[in-house]
Amino acid sequence: MVSAVASATLILAAGDGAAGDLSSGGFFAETAWIMLALPFVAFLAIIVVGKRMKGLGAELAIGAMGVNLLWASVLFVQNMAGGIYREVNLTIAEIGTLGITDKNLAFELGFVVDGLSIMMYWVVAFVGFLVFVYAHGYMKGDVRVPWFFASLSLFAGSMLVLVGAPNLIQLIIGWEGVGLASYLLIGHYWEQKENTDAAVKAFMTNKVADVGLILGTILLAPTLGSFRFSTLSVAADIHDGALEGVAVAGALLLFFGAMGKSAQFPLHVWLPDAMAGPTPVSALMHAATMVTAGIYLMARTFPLYQQMATAARPWMVTIAVITLFVLGFLALVADDLKRVLAYSTVSQLGYMMAAVAVGGYTAGLFHLFTHAFFKALLFLGAGSVIHAVHSNNMSDMGGLRKEMPVTFWTFVVGSLSLAGVIPLAGFWSKDEILATLGHEGYTAFMWVAILGAFVTAFYMTRAVVLTFFGTYKGQGHPHESPRVMTAPLVALAVPSVIAGLLNIPGVSWGPIRNFTDWVGARIVPMGDYHPKAIEWDLAAYGLIAALVGIAVGWRLFAPDADTQQARDRLQVPVLYPLLHRKYYLDDLYMKGVVNPIKGPLARAVDWVNGYVIDAIINGAGAGTAWLGGLVYGRLDQQGIDLLLNAAAGGTRGAGGKLRLLQSGKVQQYAGAFVGGALLLVVAFVLVT
Amino acid sequence: MAWFESAGLSLIVFLPAVGALALFAIPKAREDAQKWLALVTTGLTAVLAVAVAANFRYGASEKFQFEVSESWIPAIGARYHVGVDGISLPLLVLSAVVTVLAVIYSWDHWEEPRNVRGFLALMLLLATGMNGTFVALDLVLFFIFFELVLLPMYFMIGIWGDSAKRHIPVLGRTVTMRLYAAIKFFIFTLFGSAFMLLGFLALYFRSGDFLGHNTFDIPTLIALGSQNAFGSGTFAFLVFGAMFLGFAVKVPMWPFHTWLPDAHTAAPTVGSVLLAAILLKLGSYAFLRISIPILPDMAREWAPFIGLLAVIGIIYGSLACLAQTDIKRLIAFSSVGHMGFVMLGIATMTDVGFNASLIGMVAHGLITGLLFFLAGSMHHRYHTREIARLGGNQKLMPWMGGILAFTAMASLGLPGLAGFWGEFMSLLGAYRPLAGLSLSQFQTYMVIGAIGTVLTAGYMLWMLQRVNLGEPKAEWSDHEFHDVEPTEWLAWAPLIVAIVAIGVYPRIVLGATTDAVVNLARNAFGG
Amino acid sequence: MVLTQFLILGALLFSIGVYGLLSRRNAVTVLLAVELMLAAVNINLIAFEAFWNTAAAHGQIFAIFVITIAAAEVGIGLAIILMVFRNRASGNIDELDLMRW
Repeated sequence: MVSAVASATLILAAGDGAAGDLSSGGFFAETAWIMLALPFVAFLAIIVVGKRMKGLGAELAIGAMGVNLLWASVLFVQNMAGGIYREVNLTIAEIGTLGITDKNLAFELGFVVDGLSIMMYWVVAFVGFLVFVYAHGYMKGDVRVPWFFASLSLFAGSMLVLVGAPNLIQLIIGWEGVGLASYLLIGHYWEQKENTDAAVKAFMTNKVADVGLILGTILLAPTLGSFRFSTLSVAADIHDGALEGVAVAGALLLFFGAMGKSAQFPLHVWLPDAMAGPTPVSALMHAATMVTAGIYLMARTFPLYQQMATAARPWMVTIAVITLFVLGFLALVADDLKRVLAYSTVSQLGYMMAAVAVGGYTAGLFHLFTHAFFKALLFLGAGSVIHAVHSNNMSDMGGLRKEMPVTFWTFVVGSLSLAGVIPLAGFWSKDEILATLGHEGYTAFMWVAILGAFVTAFYMTRAVVLTFFGTYKGQGHPHESPRVMTAPLVALAVPSVIAGLLNIPGVSWGPIRNFTDWVGARIVPMGDYHPKAIEWDLAAYGLIAALVGIAVGWRLFAPDADTQQARDRLQVPVLYPLLHRKYYLDDLYMKGVVNPIKGPLARAVDWVNGYVIDAIINGAGAGTAWLGGLVYGRLDQQGIDLLLNAAAGGTRGAGGKLRLLQSGKVQQYAGAFVGGALLLVVAFVLVT
Repeated sequence: MAWFESAGLSLIVFLPAVGALALFAIPKAREDAQKWLALVTTGLTAVLAVAVAANFRYGASEKFQFEVSESWIPAIGARYHVGVDGISLPLLVLSAVVTVLAVIYSWDHWEEPRNVRGFLALMLLLATGMNGTFVALDLVLFFIFFELVLLPMYFMIGIWGDSAKRHIPVLGRTVTMRLYAAIKFFIFTLFGSAFMLLGFLALYFRSGDFLGHNTFDIPTLIALGSQNAFGSGTFAFLVFGAMFLGFAVKVPMWPFHTWLPDAHTAAPTVGSVLLAAILLKLGSYAFLRISIPILPDMAREWAPFIGLLAVIGIIYGSLACLAQTDIKRLIAFSSVGHMGFVMLGIATMTDVGFNASLIGMVAHGLITGLLFFLAGSMHHRYHTREIARLGGNQKLMPWMGGILAFTAMASLGLPGLAGFWGEFMSLLGAYRPLAGLSLSQFQTYMVIGAIGTVLTAGYMLWMLQRVNLGEPKAEWSDHEFHDVEPTEWLAWAPLIVAIVAIGVYPRIVLGATTDAVVNLARNAFGG
Repeated sequence: MVLTQFLILGALLFSIGVYGLLSRRNAVTVLLAVELMLAAVNINLIAFEAFWNTAAAHGQIFAIFVITIAAAEVGIGLAIILMVFRNRASGNIDELDLMRW
């Protein structure tokens, strides 16, 4: 493998623009493939020996993630100091020319180490490591611990393969790999049908979106003659004419793919149901990492959207803004704490997508970065609560701030960060999105996004109040979770507070470069908009929206947080049923699409198969059999057979007479023989 | 190793037949000896096939290698001409290897009426037919091998098959499944073959116009084809059509597929496996080996029609799967969909499409073969194939369930496993079909095919959910279930490894095929 | 050398053989007649051989073959006759007509 890597093509950015300053990194960049491979090794090892280990395989998973975290941290620090770019592609197959090039198209695997992927490596490894550690406590006594950690490792590996992909083929492999892991983990308790339904739903919704990803790849690759992102980026950057025709279509198709993974309206329906999985899964996959794959794809192919497919922008940003605003409301009525967070995730993904869609490469990724911390924190906090009260529903919680102080305080920190309260991380990243929306001329959408901030603050306040204030309404006596679970909470709370400081416009911290510079280390400059200084007016609007949201939420729920009325307060007519039924989208999909296909349509096809196509075949068979009867009965038995029987009868009669010739006397035979010979002699003489 | 160059392929073809004869020298009661003989014979064949692959010159994969051409029936100019190129090599290896696995699996899985010797002999004879088809380079030889496979399969289904009764609509009769399926399979395929033979004869007689003598030799005919000797008139149209019927029935393409679900459902497990893994490939292989290179102009003309049938097959097969209640029948219908992708690849008439069909064939052979093994083993244990009665399989038999889930994932085209490449490359080919074919038409096929992948995922996941997940039904509560047994492991592990290996490193297959199909497309269509 | 004389000798010998074959009842005599016919053939073979004077000596080789086969034939024939005699106390071939319709 090492020699293969060494011999593989090494592409370094050519010398113009920002890309010119990039170094190829050192040992850690060169061997970054180890990071991609380690979790798979852990996966196999856990399957084989996990059951026999003391920690049931958790130590293998955690160990692999720990090594990855160290590895990614080294790269992360290196990249902070100066941009790195290294790309390695290994051909896994040449597939033909399609008759349009002289060169074979090639499938390749490899890895890319640049600003974007380093950031993602680190987020995946950091959150992943903490969640693994947390899960070690959370899943104690579970029915299938080894399998759980194996699946988590499979996920981590696939996610790293995804973010490390230097080409679309590898991205698709990682993409579906995380989808598979998601399916396995959502359905972790597959004895219950709800869980398997949720798992299938997640897989199928993503499969629908994947059609976009795959067709987008198919559109772009033959034009470029390559599946590589670097080729795509460079071609887009230099406005390659060949790309013009397919750029918008390809871009929209890729976006459709991203809509599935990143739960954009109307393909978000799987994410809330995905909360059926164990909470660490929700924290890692359905909040911090996997669902950001769509955003990552947009960022990875960003030059296409920035340089060529600008016509696709209005569509994309509209979808994203609908997602961030309309779906945020759904968090208001959910009783399941994890579902509240899930809808919040959907909404936040809308923010990221909106930013990337309008050209806010850095803004979107920065929100991805900060969101990973505080949303993982919130989910793990929720998990801690659920662990204590054995229920997902907020109607079984309440008053937990005294029993679970660590969980409570970290949860509050996460909520404030999510709501966008200065100076926590969420504030800075959301502010940058607002600024980008405004700068790119999407002012109306910017105001919607500010309103969205209000909604965010509102539902998070509701969640905090109903969970931690008032009196406890559940069973038993809840108590704080063990250290193995609270430590990750604290570890995540730190970046939830300070991560925003890494990218304050106009502020830098000595040798540490800004987030903008890290993720800008790409083969071509991204050319996106960065605010030069803090836009205080926008920041103020966002902050006010958040504070108002908190205030309203507190006013509405806090005074009587222990009563049923507080929870029912939002049950206003029309709106409540609409939100409770999730805008009737699930009903539409199930009753309008899935069931008709599974039921009537499938049965119709089966009927056609049996009663039409097969009927023709069987009819032909039966017809031939009938014809056979006709031929046999009339033609054969009463026609041809008559002749045959006559011939047979004649032969038989003749035989009866002729047999008398055989007397058994040898000398008679010999006489006949001699006579015959004489006759022949005579005939011979006569003829000649 | 000169002897290997010249005798290797013939050994691969005829060793199993010799083994089949030798089986009858062993007394009927000595079953172990019979099994060992069959295992050694097929094992040796597989080793030889792998040796051929190892000694294959991949740099010249478009050329026929290990070629032997001897006079055979001089009166009609038929020769014993065999050889492999990049197109046939993967299929030959697949065929030889799957046969060994089938023998291993049968070690302790016997359907009534047992008769080990007879069953093994049929299996070996089948192997001769299959291997022979993939190496034959003479139309007469090809035809003989192509037809040879019918016979053993007919007896396998007819004697060892499912003895359940089934009411056949329209026919208005209740029939014994195995008899009905066996006869349907035989007659249906023979029906197509009759036309195919007519096509072969037409080529034979017409070839004389160009060469001065008539020939059945495939490479010679291909050389004629690359100069478009047979033209694009009525003659070529009819010849292509006749051969199309023969091959399409074997693939099977919609609407010639109805023998397939019945044959698969009724066949004994090993029969289903060989049917799915190898027999279905004979038809699509013949398109690449015979129809397209010899009659390229007609191939171009027929391509939209072939593509149409292919995408209908994809959607139709998937939808029919959703309606199935019998797990084996479901897998059988999934073959219709998967072979649809294979044929869509061929219909694009591009090198990428041909490649797609080849890797699709290999992947389908491995994956669906494994699925039928699994279905057979589950039937063995549950004594039912009703999906509604299964459930919680994962709990009762964790390994079996795990392998089933893995195979289902591979079947639905999960990237990173073998099944993905064929689907993806078919769609890629359909996006840019051969110049001159309607772009909008093929891109419509592409979109429909892509929707088909969603449906495929749908029925596979639904099947998994109903069979594997949930709590086991009450009726199984006091049953003792044996999880995967040693012979099953031995038979399945190579398939699992191959599925992953090809999924991660498709060059295993494409390394042999790419040059060959690029050359095929170039010779046939210029450019 | 006169070929005709040898041929006449052969024809006479053959005719005697045929007569013996057809007219005698005793199986041993019939066998003797057959031997006479073979001897006649041998004379013919040798005569032609000598007449054409070929280097390959085909005639002689054939003659040796015939003698060999004749010897074998007599051996088997006498054995059969012996067995028949033991069973039926008769060497008369008129009575051996079991193999008829």
